[in-house]
Amino acid sequence: MSQPRNQMMNYIREEIMPHRFCPGCGCGTVLNVFTNAIDNLKLDPVKMVCVSGIGCSAWIPSPYFKSDTLHTTHGRPIAFATGVKVMRPDLKVVVIAGDGDVSGIGGNHLIHAARRNIDLSVFMVNNMIYGMTGGQVAPTTPTGVKTSTTPHLNIEPPFQVAELVAAAGASYVARWTTYHVFRLIKAMEEAITKQGFSFIEIVSQCPDNYGRRIGLRTGVEFLKMFKKQAIPIDKARELPEEKLEGRIIVGKLRDRERPEYTSELHRVTKEQVDKIKAEQEKIS
Amino acid sequence: MQAGSKMTENKPKSNWVIEINENLCKGCEICIEFCPFTIFGKSDKLNRKGYYLPVVLIENKCNGCRLCELLCPEIAIVLTEE
Ligand SMILES: Cc1ncc(C[n+]2csc(CCOP(=O)(O)OP(=O)(O)O)c2C)c(N)n1
Ligand code: SF4
Ligand code: SF4
Ligand SMILES: [Mg+2]
Repeated sequence: MSQPRNQMMNYIREEIMPHRFCPGCGCGTVLNVFTNAIDNLKLDPVKMVCVSGIGCSAWIPSPYFKSDTLHTTHGRPIAFATGVKVMRPDLKVVVIAGDGDVSGIGGNHLIHAARRNIDLSVFMVNNMIYGMTGGQVAPTTPTGVKTSTTPHLNIEPPFQVAELVAAAGASYVARWTTYHVFRLIKAMEEAITKQGFSFIEIVSQCPDNYGRRIGLRTGVEFLKMFKKQAIPIDKARELPEEKLEGRIIVGKLRDRERPEYTSELHRVTKEQVDKIKAEQEKIS
Repeated sequence: MQAGSKMTENKPKSNWVIEINENLCKGCEICIEFCPFTIFGKSDKLNRKGYYLPVVLIENKCNGCRLCELLCPEIAIVLTEE
C-alpha cells in the first residue's frame, strides 16, 4: 500500500528511512525540526555542509540529511567545520552532534570556536549521556545519576554548556528542548542566519540508555518532564540558584554582534596580498 | 499550549486530514499524548515492524497546529488542509 509522504522527506535520504534511532528518541525530532527550519529559510542544501562526529546524535545530519556531510571522528566536528568554513565561507556550515561529542571530548574545540566567533551553527543534542555506547556518564549528566560508569552515582556537577559558550564569546546562544518544537525551529533559523558562532543546546531524550536509569522509560515521559521543568530565562533570572535545582532554563541567552573570524581572516589576508602586490609593482 | 504554535480558537474552520506513514511509525505514542485536542488514540494494529500504530479518532477537531507533525521522531505524520 502506498504510504503518505511528509514534505520534509525532500531534505532526507528517504531510501534509508526509517532511521535507526530507538522509538521515542529525541534525535528523530531534531531531524524533523531541522528540516523544517531549512525549509522555512528556503535554504538550498547544496549550499550547505553538515558536519558531525560519532554518537547517535551525530547520525542526524549524516547520513539522514540530504546535503554534503562530513561524518568525522568523535569530538572533532567543530575542528573539521572550521576548516570547511575558512576555505568555503560562501557555504552554510552546520554541526549537529551529541553532548559527549561537543562538550566532552570536543570541549576545547567548542570554547575556542566560540571565542573566535567563527560563523558556524552548532546544534548540540544534549541527552545527558553517552547514548550510542550504552549509557556512560557525560559531562552533562546530572549529579546523583547512576550510569554504567558511575555505579555509585555521579558525584560530578553537570556542565551548563549554553552558559559556557555564551561566556566564551559566541554571537548567538539558545537552549530549548525537544518538546519546544516551534521555538526550536525559530531558534535554528536565527542561528543559521546569524553571522558568527551560533550555538543551540537542545535538551533531548535517550529513553533507552539514559531514561531507563532515571525511571523515564519513554519519549512521552521525557517530554512531560521537559514541559514541566522548563523555565524561561527571564523568570529564571529572578529566582535564587537553589530554586533552579532540576529546572531547564530555556530561551535565548545571547544575541549580539561581534567581529566574525573568517571575514576577519580574509580581510587581513587580502590586506597582506595587496601590500605584496604593490611592492612588486614598485620593483618592476 | 506551545508558545509560537499557530493555534487560535477563532481560526476559520477547515478540514485537516491527518495521515500516518505506517512504514515509518515506531509507536512511541508522542502524538497520542501531546495533541492538544486528544485526536489520536492507541490502536491494536501492528505494523510490519511490530509497533502498535496510533489511530486518528476525531479528525474534525484538528485545527492544523502541526504539533504532532513536528514532535513525531519518525516524520511519519502528514497533515494536509483540504
Ligand atoms: C576517540 C573516541 N573515543 C571514544 C569513542 C567511543 N564513543 C563513541 S560514541 C561515544 C559517546 C557518544 O555520546 P554523545 O556524543 O553524547 O552522543 P549520543 O550517542 O549520546 O547521541 C563514545 C565515547 C570513539 N568512537 N572515539
Ligand atoms: S541509544 Fe538513546 S540516543 Fe541512541 S538512538 Fe537509542 S534512544 Fe536515541
Ligand atoms: S509520534 Fe510518530 S512515531 Fe510516535 S506514535 Fe505518533 S506517528 Fe508513530
Ligand atoms: Mg549524548
